[in-house]
Amino acid sequence: MLDSFSDIYWTYQNIIHGIAVNGILGLSVYVVLSIGQLALGQAAFMGIGAYFGAIATTKLGLPFPIALLVSVLTPAAVAFAIGAPTLRLTGVYLAISMLGLGEISRLLFLNWEYAGGALGLSGIPERGGVFLLYFVLIVLILAFFFVGRSRIGRAMEAMREDETAAGVMGVNVPRYKLAALVVSAMLAGLAGCLSAHVSSFIGPNEYGFEMATTILSFALLGGIGTPLGPVVGAAILTLLPEVLRFLADYRLMINGAIIVIAVLFMPRGLLSWRMKRTV
Amino acid sequence: MANMTRDAHPTLEVEGLTKQFRGLVAVDEVTFQVNGNTVHGLIGPNGAGKTTVFNMISGVLPATAGSIRLLSEPLDELPTWERTKRGVARTFQNIRMFGDMSVIENVITGMHSRLKSNLGSILIRQGNFRKEETEAEAMAREQLAFVGLEQAADRRAGDLSYGDQRRLEIARALASQPKIVLLDEPAAGMNPAETHALIPLLQRLRDDRGLTLLIVEHDMHLVMSLCDRITVINFGKKIAEGTPGEVREHPAVIEAYLGHKVDDKKSTAPVSKVTS
Amino acid sequence: MLQQQLVNGFVLGATYALFALGFTMMFGVLGVINLTYGVYFALGAFAALWAAKAIGLSVWLALPFGAIFAGCIAIVIDTLLLTRLRRAKAPELSSLMVTIGATLFLYTGLSVVYGTEIRRFPLDFAPSAAFEIVGVRVVATQALIVVAALLMAAGLIWIVRGTKIGLAVRAVAENPDAAALMGVNGGLVTHLVSFMSGALGGAAGVLIGLNFNAIQPFMGENMMLRGFAVIIIGGLGDLRGALIAGFLLGIIEVLTAGYFASAAKDLIAFALLVLTLWVRPVGLFGRAAAKRA
Repeated sequence: MLDSFSDIYWTYQNIIHGIAVNGILGLSVYVVLSIGQLALGQAAFMGIGAYFGAIATTKLGLPFPIALLVSVLTPAAVAFAIGAPTLRLTGVYLAISMLGLGEISRLLFLNWEYAGGALGLSGIPERGGVFLLYFVLIVLILAFFFVGRSRIGRAMEAMREDETAAGVMGVNVPRYKLAALVVSAMLAGLAGCLSAHVSSFIGPNEYGFEMATTILSFALLGGIGTPLGPVVGAAILTLLPEVLRFLADYRLMINGAIIVIAVLFMPRGLLSWRMKRTV
Repeated sequence: MANMTRDAHPTLEVEGLTKQFRGLVAVDEVTFQVNGNTVHGLIGPNGAGKTTVFNMISGVLPATAGSIRLLSEPLDELPTWERTKRGVARTFQNIRMFGDMSVIENVITGMHSRLKSNLGSILIRQGNFRKEETEAEAMAREQLAFVGLEQAADRRAGDLSYGDQRRLEIARALASQPKIVLLDEPAAGMNPAETHALIPLLQRLRDDRGLTLLIVEHDMHLVMSLCDRITVINFGKKIAEGTPGEVREHPAVIEAYLGHKVDDKKSTAPVSKVTS
Repeated sequence: MLQQQLVNGFVLGATYALFALGFTMMFGVLGVINLTYGVYFALGAFAALWAAKAIGLSVWLALPFGAIFAGCIAIVIDTLLLTRLRRAKAPELSSLMVTIGATLFLYTGLSVVYGTEIRRFPLDFAPSAAFEIVGVRVVATQALIVVAALLMAAGLIWIVRGTKIGLAVRAVAENPDAAALMGVNGGLVTHLVSFMSGALGGAAGVLIGLNFNAIQPFMGENMMLRGFAVIIIGGLGDLRGALIAGFLLGIIEVLTAGYFASAAKDLIAFALLVLTLWVRPVGLFGRAAAKRA
């Protein structure tokens, strides 16, 4: 019995890791979407977290907890630097900046010889593992549920419905927007670092436009009524390519189609529940 | 007619308030005061600039010139959420409800500026957080009971009838423990019966809760029977101010509404209800 | 040599300006950041390539062919996806998301059909003469690119500012509901704007494909970063801004590559974008799009 369990694990460990990592990414995008902003920088933040975390362990020989810290703080700083000036502007400016960030970070990693350049960074030590991944995911989901039922959760839903009215309620709208951006960047960076240390290799092309849209589709598919929505969406979209292996080439096309269909026909996603906002 | 003496420390002072949109002066040097524990009406024909004045007081629109003071503290340059913290609450003409939230959640959201929980207390030391939430819910039920909506507490706000949504908006405004409540056309879209039922509620806000109200309204019946003092605006300028009786007979006001000068014989005729 | 760099930069800038013109017009009138714009860019190039190989058209005819093809596809996409959202007055972020999905779908589709290797226009596609002006070497294709770009830009600005239909376009950009009340056929204007934007993007694709002699399915994606930078620097929705900022970026990029590192040339666009956001977010000519929270 135990043999077959570890057999299953070894055969499918990529998917098992992937579901947890993508679940964390789903939460990352949930933070921004649930205040009514568009989240397009998650892939870039994930890449920054992955690269800086991996460099910390591989090149600088630092212990894993330090790498995790770096992978959380670096994206946060970038998010702050880019997000702060766009606060007073309409959401379009932030969306464009995030798309630009995605492109630029891809180019940076591609040309950064210290980090492996076009060949990527390999030989990343194995750290963390499946239990840490799922532990982090579950703790985060619980945290999201607590926050969602508090004054912060109510403020966020209010902002999503009507930003002006939320301001009149006393919600400091720009501060919440920036905080949401920074938190989502931290989560994406964390996911990147955790993922890098279970796959031993990262490359510059993994964190580009395709990744950004895939992460977005987790939330569009699963719905953003509760934090579980994007997590479930992530699980489905991680499993689907395995189940539909023959469609591998078309995976991105399917993602694109999902996004279009979800926005046009299923604005609430699959899980259309709404979280209660009181304790 | 009793003359209301000017309060030495009025709740709200608006001085020289002006709003200019590129070439159009929408509000022109408007000055008035709202005394504590009174209902003050802001009336004028359509397009006179009343809602613009409101939007400047609540911070939704920046003023071109002038100053606004709440209990002698200046509000200028402050964003809406800061003003709410200082004690300015408002309702909207087109009822900006959080439709997906429940009725009671809407009211508790209105308490946002008065609650203290932050990320730390929510995730780590939960004791204070739970206590605050329970108290908040109790307070919210109180506000709902005051406006007569306690039965609907868990219903989806967007599903309420128009009149009930108005009451919810008022409850939500009360939740922030305001020093002044700005009511933007509270009777808009209501039939005469609903309007008639609204008057005692607003009176109770002043008499039972000791609140100060500033109301923009078109419904003359409501304005005349409820307001202690009225400021009249036309074409962005203040044209009259006083008690309902004084304003009713003021020639400039009659001219503004009826469009022609009225001679002395007819001046005692009450201004009829003006529909928007 | 400086003059040579300036000329090269000017040529590159012409293509950026053309690309940005269509992009910013789409935003200014239709109110949506249409990410499928990059696909029109690639489609224009591929259509011209096909015309050159299958029918033997040279650049003079292939350029309009590619542009018109891209413009038609733009109308189709707008009708299928964006009109429905506009009618429902969906938040502009929904439109943005839908165009992301469509982009992904179309780019991948294009690469599945055509493969990802780089293609070139055939040798006789464009005149290959080169001449010297004031000690600077100018290749015929470069001159062609600049002239074509300037002509199309001038044509666009003439249409928008000098014709009745252009007036209708500007009315819809300012206030679609009021324009409809005035009798402006919103649907027609939308189709026209989509077509013009798509055509400009497609034309830019042909010209860039000619300039760098490289055509591949994801070429639009690389351009989008430049597109973003140019429309933010120039001001969202402003045609003059797109034109001027486009030329500026082209020149700055070439100078950066020449005097610093050539890898930095990709970064400069983004650096300028962030700088603009920090210093003057509305861009050179943008109207104050800032709103009070």
